[in-house]
Amino acid sequence: MLEMIRQMLNATVGQIVPAAWQAQTVEVMLIVMQITIILTPLMLCVAYMVYAERKVIGSIQGRIGPNRVGAFGYRLAGLGQPIADALKLILKEIIIPTGSNKFLFVIAPILSMAPAVAAWAVIPFAADTVLADINAGLLYVLALTSLAVYGVIIAGWASNSKYAFLGAMRSAAQIVAYEIAMGFALVGVVVAAGSLNLGQIINAQSGSLLHWYWLPLLPFFVVYFISGVAETNRAPFDVAEGESEIVAGFHVEYSGMAFSLFFLAEYANIILISVLSAVLFLGGWLSPFEGVLPKSAFTLPVIGSVLGGGIHWLLLKTSLFIFVFLWLRATFPRYRYDQIMRLGWKVFIPITLVWLVVIATLAKLQITPWFN
Amino acid sequence: MFEQIIFYSFGTMLLLSALMVISVRNPVYAALFLVLAFFSTSAIWLLLRAEFLAIVLVLVYVGAVMVLFLFVVMMLDINLARLRAGFMRYLPAGALVALVLAASMVLVVGGEGFNEIRESGLAERGPAYSNTAELGEALFTAYLYPLEIAGAILLVAIIAAIALTQRAKRETKAQNPDAQVAVRRQDRVRLVKMSSERDSE
Amino acid sequence: MLSNYLPILIFLIIGLLMGVVMLALGFILSPRRPDAEKQSPYECGFEAFEDARMQFDVRYYLVAILFIIFDLEIAFLFPWGVVLDQIGWAGFWAMMVFLGLLTVGFVYEWKKGALEWE
Repeated sequence: MLEMIRQMLNATVGQIVPAAWQAQTVEVMLIVMQITIILTPLMLCVAYMVYAERKVIGSIQGRIGPNRVGAFGYRLAGLGQPIADALKLILKEIIIPTGSNKFLFVIAPILSMAPAVAAWAVIPFAADTVLADINAGLLYVLALTSLAVYGVIIAGWASNSKYAFLGAMRSAAQIVAYEIAMGFALVGVVVAAGSLNLGQIINAQSGSLLHWYWLPLLPFFVVYFISGVAETNRAPFDVAEGESEIVAGFHVEYSGMAFSLFFLAEYANIILISVLSAVLFLGGWLSPFEGVLPKSAFTLPVIGSVLGGGIHWLLLKTSLFIFVFLWLRATFPRYRYDQIMRLGWKVFIPITLVWLVVIATLAKLQITPWFN
Repeated sequence: MFEQIIFYSFGTMLLLSALMVISVRNPVYAALFLVLAFFSTSAIWLLLRAEFLAIVLVLVYVGAVMVLFLFVVMMLDINLARLRAGFMRYLPAGALVALVLAASMVLVVGGEGFNEIRESGLAERGPAYSNTAELGEALFTAYLYPLEIAGAILLVAIIAAIALTQRAKRETKAQNPDAQVAVRRQDRVRLVKMSSERDSE
Repeated sequence: MLSNYLPILIFLIIGLLMGVVMLALGFILSPRRPDAEKQSPYECGFEAFEDARMQFDVRYYLVAILFIIFDLEIAFLFPWGVVLDQIGWAGFWAMMVFLGLLTVGFVYEWKKGALEWE
């Protein structure tokens, strides 16, 4: 498929661009196409995650959720809602406060959007299906998630509003505290897999459901996911936007499209954390039937490819984590700020430190069945 | 050719942003230009095939050090006029430091360690070659002693940071969550059995 | 190796462009009717008393400094995790000593109350 497109492009591009540039131009065009194939569904998912959130929380609380906006006179269970919301937001005025630093105020939402999107370059969607197969993939993801704090700090400072500034500072200190625990948890994964390449990390988990790292690295799994919730400023860690105290935190002064960029970035980050949890701890695209069913089951014509590993398992596992994000929001009251800092520094870091030593010793001694 | 275009664009970006760091008036802009400078440096390191160092540069410097810089710059009332007044006074000392740095860079790049690269260019490795593994093996076999020194320096840094920012212990009125959770019913509630009585009149 | 990073560079550029385009669309399609009240910073109905960029508690800096130190530690841990099989027990114990040193620092900051938020 890829080769076919490459040849087609080669033929057309060859007539426009000088021969010396042909290979590079085709390469860049191919990459842009692949990125579009990744980004379009992602953006749709982000839009419909807002809808899913309202529906899920609605049903948890015994409500219906959005059910009016449909298309062509049909209600379609409110499926038109995200599109209506997007249209509304794009038509709203973007207010730039007088005391603000205009340039930074405008650039902050862009800075919070870009890293949430660019981290998808290294996610393996199925066996050998990854855009950028780099050896330091995990490190790249950690580096990009550590950039998320810039959008928040710059937005809070540029707004020149007390609520925004307070929210930004809270959020920055919180992101910083949980990033350490997250980093330690990821080191645990690296120790177990012996590689920083996300594809190799998934392959190292193959065997059966019990070989996936959620079991051998259970404390890291829990710490990683909770830190992920805290890093994305989601409930119950949403003191950065705590409506009842500082109205909306760092994006209180934002409106229209500038606001929706922050909104999109938050949801893109949620999906990113979910897919990373699936890749690192639930075996990514590996099938849960591996090691359970006999090998011959996977060679069956249609059922075999459904039962075997593939992108559908990754999507399913990711959806599971996204659902947990929503479930948490509907269930827990907001943490107090000192409790958040206490959990990050005094609970997660000691747990991960101790468990890192345990895991490293186990791996070094080649204790079966997990580290053979 | 393609690689050279990328190198020169990031090189230009690096030089321009470094220049902006020392010339813009607003310290927040200066810090953000420094972030941009780190990014361009990281791209140039990547072009030198140092993938681990390039990403760690972003992780540590952009993701952590510059966050501290921004904290300080955004929250301190920095008197700009006074800072700029010292510019001419410190210029000779600054120029001296810059000269020493430039000289040491020339010495390092001109030294024996770079002979191979200068003669035959960077060796192209296969996709399986992991820069991180190579670095790890060197660090944890040949350079154990420097590693431990680095650990000791980090320990000193922790203690120094705390010693510098330590203030008198405040009388706190916050709850102790451990104690709160550990409370049992018996500690708080006492059920007293009483026979029902009637007021004597 | 380098060709694997080209998609990342392009992805970063596209990520930035996407934000720029969406914001530009917002600016083009939306009305602009500024007035003084609308553009004043949000407060509880009062005029803002003072500049919003206030001084902050020193503990925020302390947290940021401690974060840098731990982040560096993680940067050392990643290559160690990758080559754990190849470096023998000497490399393993070297990292344990390294971690031990930082644990001493961690215990110190805990006991000194640097992690206390009230």
